[in-house]
Amino acid sequence: MKINFEHNQSAHCENGVVSNLLNYNGLKVSEPMVFGIASGVFFIYIPFVKVNFAPMFSFRPVPGFIFSRVSKRLGFKIRRHKFKSTEKAQQTLDAELAKNNPVGLQVGVYNLTYFPDEYRFHFNAHNLVVYGKEGDDYLISDPVMPDVTTLSSKELEKVRFAKGPFAPNGHIYYPTQLPNDIDLKKAITKGIKQAYRHMLAPVPVVGFRGIRYVAKRIRKWPDKIGVKKTNHYLGQLVRMQEEIGTGGGGFRFIFAAFLQEASVIMENPRLAELSKEMTVIGDQWRDFAIDASRLYKNRSRETDAYNKIADKLDAIALAERDFFLDLKKAVK
Amino acid sequence: MKKEDVPQDESGLSKANIREVVYAVDKDGKYGKALSSGWEAKTIALNESLELIEEQLQETIQKIKQGELSPIAYYMELQRMDVVVLSGYVGLWQWRVKRHLKAKTFKKLSEKILKKYAEAFEISIEELKNPKI
Repeated sequence: MKINFEHNQSAHCENGVVSNLLNYNGLKVSEPMVFGIASGVFFIYIPFVKVNFAPMFSFRPVPGFIFSRVSKRLGFKIRRHKFKSTEKAQQTLDAELAKNNPVGLQVGVYNLTYFPDEYRFHFNAHNLVVYGKEGDDYLISDPVMPDVTTLSSKELEKVRFAKGPFAPNGHIYYPTQLPNDIDLKKAITKGIKQAYRHMLAPVPVVGFRGIRYVAKRIRKWPDKIGVKKTNHYLGQLVRMQEEIGTGGGGFRFIFAAFLQEASVIMENPRLAELSKEMTVIGDQWRDFAIDASRLYKNRSRETDAYNKIADKLDAIALAERDFFLDLKKAVK
Repeated sequence: MKKEDVPQDESGLSKANIREVVYAVDKDGKYGKALSSGWEAKTIALNESLELIEEQLQETIQKIKQGELSPIAYYMELQRMDVVVLSGYVGLWQWRVKRHLKAKTFKKLSEKILKKYAEAFEISIEELKNPKI
């Protein structure tokens, strides 16, 4: 059995699943639109949570927030189920598929057989859509993959019941009752408002202040924790910034794409100008990533090099502050 | 980022014939999807992290040979787990898993507990007791 589901490759898994599921249900929204309405642009530094021996940097809201914010702001409901029993989890999935309902699943990445080895980590907040079953194989639309693929029921069970932080517990979700008329303008305004509120938040580790805080730390790390650890921390920052499913520089471009789209819908030319500014900031993030990667590739020992990239990060923090202040004015 | 600047470097993705979506602007400044085969800056960051895991694994192997750590530590790191993840897979408290990483405690473990670990790592109890290191 195969549901006539359109697979669209996306930059980020959660945006992609939401956009593809809504499209199937008759609501055409692009990935950047989903991202913008959900205020997906973000920054937080959590020094005391260590992932892979380095502090946590995040350029995205907590997994799951994107879908719940979009549903709230567009006015539809989401059904979610989590399970203790693997059999029940499969039964519920099969029942939904039998109703011709493609569903989103939260899964662990480590046992996804179609992922290249380098990308297989115990990260449990990946998202994909199941849109049918043929024999023992489930038909999978993983939004970060170019094409659809399949997983056997055994393989799917394994990723649905991956363990560790954010364990999915078979988490299955799908939209219900889509409203007839949707107030896109209102949803966009709400998305923008929360985005600048978070990025300008008076909290030292969040938003532009968080970026500035990390810059300050980078200046101190070489003396405090040594060059080797500093390089590893920087590597983590770049990975969080640019890897699939986390994306920071990448996320800035998606947000810029959203502003461009929003500018037309809102009939607000200022947003199109701001889209250009956000593109410049995204390019700055990419520059930073290149410099940081050179630093740990060459294993540079001069502390001046660290000050230089900290300067770059400071410049980004300032640019983002100005940007979000302007964005605030633009939607008033 | 302009569409013509979208990086097309070699990466773990390109080797698997996968390209990822990024958003970039065309000549008229309009945003759209573009495909990237990979980006050197990213690949370097990823490799750095994989090297660290490998280094850590070699250290652990040494410690097992010196009779300090148990094979559980080896398989845990081999499968890129940490104590939190492993404790989820075996269904034991983290403090218990931490103890089981010690060679001394490992020797006293019951078959039942060993079986849990073997299942989590998808290996036999024999392999668990005698890792090829």
